[in-house]
Amino acid sequence: MSAADILSQDFELGFTYTRSTGPIVGRFLTGLRDRQIFGIRASDGRVIVPPMEYDPDTAEALSEFVQVAEQGAIVSWCWVAQPRAAHPLDEPFAWAMIRLDGADVPMIHCVAAPAEASLATGARVQAVWAPETRGFISDISHFELAGGGN
Amino acid sequence: MQQIAIVAFSQSDCLARAGAANEVELIMPQLQAVYAQVGIDNAQDVDFVCSGSCDYLQGAAFAFVAGVDALGAVPPIKESHVEMDAAWALYEAVLKIRMGHADSALLYGFAKSSSGELPIVLSQQLDPYYLAPLWVDTVSLAALQARLLLESGLASERDMAEVVARSRRNALDNPHARLSGSVSVDELLAEDLFVSPLRRADCAPVADGAAAMIICTVEKAREWGVPYALLSGIDHRIETHNLGMRDLTDSVSTRLAARAAGVEDGPVEVAELYAPFSHQEIILSRALELGDDTRVNPSGGVFAGNLMMASGLSRVGEVFRRIAAGEIRRGVAHATSGPCLQHNLVAVLESAS
Repeated sequence: MSAADILSQDFELGFTYTRSTGPIVGRFLTGLRDRQIFGIRASDGRVIVPPMEYDPDTAEALSEFVQVAEQGAIVSWCWVAQPRAAHPLDEPFAWAMIRLDGADVPMIHCVAAPAEASLATGARVQAVWAPETRGFISDISHFELAGGGN
Repeated sequence: MQQIAIVAFSQSDCLARAGAANEVELIMPQLQAVYAQVGIDNAQDVDFVCSGSCDYLQGAAFAFVAGVDALGAVPPIKESHVEMDAAWALYEAVLKIRMGHADSALLYGFAKSSSGELPIVLSQQLDPYYLAPLWVDTVSLAALQARLLLESGLASERDMAEVVARSRRNALDNPHARLSGSVSVDELLAEDLFVSPLRRADCAPVADGAAAMIICTVEKAREWGVPYALLSGIDHRIETHNLGMRDLTDSVSTRLAARAAGVEDGPVEVAELYAPFSHQEIILSRALELGDDTRVNPSGGVFAGNLMMASGLSRVGEVFRRIAAGEIRRGVAHATSGPCLQHNLVAVLESAS
């Protein structure tokens, strides 16, 4: 290995194109813009949030939307003591699998909480909407403990 | 069906940072090493070449094409690539030989992932609408899985620390290891949490580097006159990309692949498992139904160093090395891809004699 200085240059990798999200993902994202959360009913009756286009077990095309609550319970979580620059929250926070009321399948999002000790599996959380909703998953800015836990 | 022989394998040192070396410079020494093992000159002397790498790690589309410079592809060669660990390049080459389209194949996997923030880079390979925009990193996803395992009572933090302690101890005998040593379970448990419930020690140390392998028909192996191991079974299965719909405390796809590859048809003396996080080795050992008579990751596994896009091929290579040396007669190798063990490959290797 040479002791010479290594040349370096910043490089930003990005998707420089736009995509159509289609009737399933698009309907969900449009719902978020309107501050509503929709799931979809799987072949076995379970409600999947966010909705999937096809049933992962049967490959059947899914189409029955079901509105679910903005509140739910934590199924699993981890505590990020040192958030990374790309992370959506700057203060220590949790990633969590959250089963919203009315849904059977948990979704992954971030949870703002004052400390790791304030969180637990089964804890109730509530969606916090972004000031401006634009039809992205990040229209849910984050979740917070329900009932003034924050 | 055409039997497959593994005849050569080489892996680079696991480097925390490869510095100024580019991918071609990481690959070439490994290619030279496997050519020397079978006594050939270059890639013109095999019928097929397949590589595994990930354009996200290099940060450019079709970046893998540059790796072909390591081969010297003139006159033209038959070449292919998988945007996956090179264990899946092995799978493609096995199909090619079984179909009678080739008698020999060269495989290699490589990555220099130190150029970027790997857990964040990999977040961009997740669901592009629901997960990638959140930048949820791979360590955090593994931590969600670890907590499910811990709270289900299927494993304890002590069990996870035991995986790390054993792996690092085994890595003392691995000349390519980035991390090895004697550390007690209690010392590991005393370390701070990183992404709770994971400690840094629960995360395999990521490394830059490359690995290469040559496989062929048994007739070709005899012609080359080198020791070989038989690849008696290989299969891979994938689970849904929706993490919420998987049982993250089990590895259903590993179970299916193991059955199809014939793991249970004989004793498993050694199992080399690609478990990037300590709790995942526990999940995999259970899914493969390994007993106490199986030595798991005698090389230290990826806790010796996790060569992105090559660690899966290296698991196969480690089992091959032990069979070719006459140390063991039968072993299992495993490779994984995707978050929380989404996609799994299982291979069974046996002594030819």
